[in-house]
Amino acid sequence: MTPSAVAAPAAEGFLAAFEAVERGASVPGQVSANRRAAFDHLSTIGFPTTKNEDWHYTSVAPLLEHTFAPITARTGPVGRAQLVPFTFGATSWHTAVFVNGRFSPELSDLGRLPRGVRVVDLAGAWTTAPDLAGRVGTVATGRDQAFTALNAAFVYDGLVVDVAQDVHLPDPIHVIFLATADAAGAMTHPRMHVAVGARARATIIESYVSVADACYFTNAVTEVSVGEGATLLHYKIQREAERAFHVGTSEAVQARDSHYVSFSLATGSALSRTNVYTTLAGEGGGATLNGLYMLDGTQHCDHQTRIVHAQPNCFSRELYKGILDGRSHGVFNGKVYVHPIAQKTDGKQTSKTLLLSEHARVDTKPQLEIFADDVKCTHGATVGQIDRTALFYMKSRGIATETARRLLTYAFAADVLETLDVPEVRTTLERVTLERFTGMDATL
Amino acid sequence: MPLLEIRGLTATVGDTQILNGIDLTADAGEVHAIMGPNGSGKSTLAQVLAGNPAYDVTGGSVRYDGKDLLAMQPEERAQAGIFLAFQYPVEIPGVSNAYFLRAAYNEMRKARGMEEVDPLEFADLMDERLRLVDMDASMLTRSVNAGFSGGEKKRNEILQMAVLDPKLAILDETDSGLDIDALRVVANGVNQLRRPDNASIVVTHYQRLLNYIVPDFVHVLVAGRIVRSGTRSLALELEDKGYDWLTGGASGSASGGSFAAAGQSAAIGA
Repeated sequence: MTPSAVAAPAAEGFLAAFEAVERGASVPGQVSANRRAAFDHLSTIGFPTTKNEDWHYTSVAPLLEHTFAPITARTGPVGRAQLVPFTFGATSWHTAVFVNGRFSPELSDLGRLPRGVRVVDLAGAWTTAPDLAGRVGTVATGRDQAFTALNAAFVYDGLVVDVAQDVHLPDPIHVIFLATADAAGAMTHPRMHVAVGARARATIIESYVSVADACYFTNAVTEVSVGEGATLLHYKIQREAERAFHVGTSEAVQARDSHYVSFSLATGSALSRTNVYTTLAGEGGGATLNGLYMLDGTQHCDHQTRIVHAQPNCFSRELYKGILDGRSHGVFNGKVYVHPIAQKTDGKQTSKTLLLSEHARVDTKPQLEIFADDVKCTHGATVGQIDRTALFYMKSRGIATETARRLLTYAFAADVLETLDVPEVRTTLERVTLERFTGMDATL
Repeated sequence: MPLLEIRGLTATVGDTQILNGIDLTADAGEVHAIMGPNGSGKSTLAQVLAGNPAYDVTGGSVRYDGKDLLAMQPEERAQAGIFLAFQYPVEIPGVSNAYFLRAAYNEMRKARGMEEVDPLEFADLMDERLRLVDMDASMLTRSVNAGFSGGEKKRNEILQMAVLDPKLAILDETDSGLDIDALRVVANGVNQLRRPDNASIVVTHYQRLLNYIVPDFVHVLVAGRIVRSGTRSLALELEDKGYDWLTGGASGSASGGSFAAAGQSAAIGA
């Protein structure tokens, strides 16, 4: 993308913060140099405007109006009890907790990891595990991606996960990014790198949650490498504070016969953008990218997915659903690139949106660029309202209009929630969704 | 006071008039069959009684249990004891049958000033009701009608009816698409729910169903009007002769009088 004259100064707004972080740098020289390079790149490309086709429906101007400060010092104490609403009722999971962007060993629970699984916090890893920390930036380079470059410029804390080949990790690794009242006016740039070795299997859940009604900015990047024949389930739960800004990018590269399963739930933030990118770089792999966003008020939530079919005989499946109320605005842009050699590609993309209010708005844009001739790629998008026939059917059974509407709204989301393969997550999100729309308990 | 009293009911869907002045009275304890050829307005009548907003009532009155039925919302009608077994039960993927039934059952209990039941109490009730329609409990965990066979859907309608215990059940072509075994099961369910204090209106194209659900009265609907009322023997006569001997006269007098209403009232009074 050509940097626009208007956009470039926007990076200036981060200059003071960048210099402050640079002065206080406690990272090795090479990391510091990489940060500087990332900031320079950001200064060159600037932030996207709606003239940039990848950001056509989402203006980041409201975000850039703020001057967010980096959090350098650790913030006030958080009790384990405050995490309970976000743990899916699971007790056996491996948990890494970040409070306002900083790793909290006291709140984390990484003591029961099986052999062959390494999980380290990035701030420590710069010096104690440079082999792992050095992976940062290898998948997500930030080239021409302003927010990934911004993350790289401020990169400090985060998590590096390494699952050795043939290791099956039955319990998920849950990474909780918790914002407290101390996050007000601040920004965090968490970075994760997840590598799953050949034939291994793991589940990573990222939760972005808040215990305070604060205005802050989360700009997260997760890099993923899925080895040959490996499977990674990668769920992202975005339930940030209502006034918060959130940009989250997952960028994956997949080896032969691997399966990458992504799920994005987004219900929080005033303005959010989630990018889910994967490259099928080996034959016979598959990518499943699903998501659900539920918005109200004046929320704006944008999802961009990009699946690159770089090799033959791979499949991709996408199902995104949005439920929009109030004056909310949803965006879904699904890109699929099929390289000339990627014959026998089997791709299917579906985007469905339910509008609960006449003032809600959705923009969906499938974008298929196919350069191979023997492929099967389909896409479909629907935007609708509550089904009147079903509504009457329920009312004819004595169910009041409002209850029936809510139950049908929940039902709209049910099939995408059913794709969740972690029972605790599925059950919790089903309950959250049902309660959101019905106020009824979900027993039975 | 009759349970249901329909007077001069007219209704349209879009610009098309479907019901041209229906008169019908049903008392508690009675089973009325409404028969007629395709397009005669049988299903429209059923839908209008249940309050489907897709139809516009343009004239006439319906009193149900002393109340002005047409002024009531569909859910209020259901809560007051009206149940429509749909000809085409609606699929609702994502809502489990059990959840749906319990929600409906509790709405009904609330409307009747009774306590709501919890899932455990409800499960006990379901065990018993499932037997009535010969359904497996696994049906409860499936989404409402989603992926059900035609027979399963119809059974599911009768199951809902058994759970909601209506005062006035309207069965809209419940026999269509059923094989003889499924028909028996469905009819058996309906018969077991039959009591002196409730009534049924059975809408059907074929006489066959009436071998299993024996009506007290039979009405023939042609071109949106009841053209003939009688006892069960009328149904047998229709089986024998078809509808042609009745349709000719009716379509020719679309704007004519209401001889049928008089005949029907006499039949009920008899």
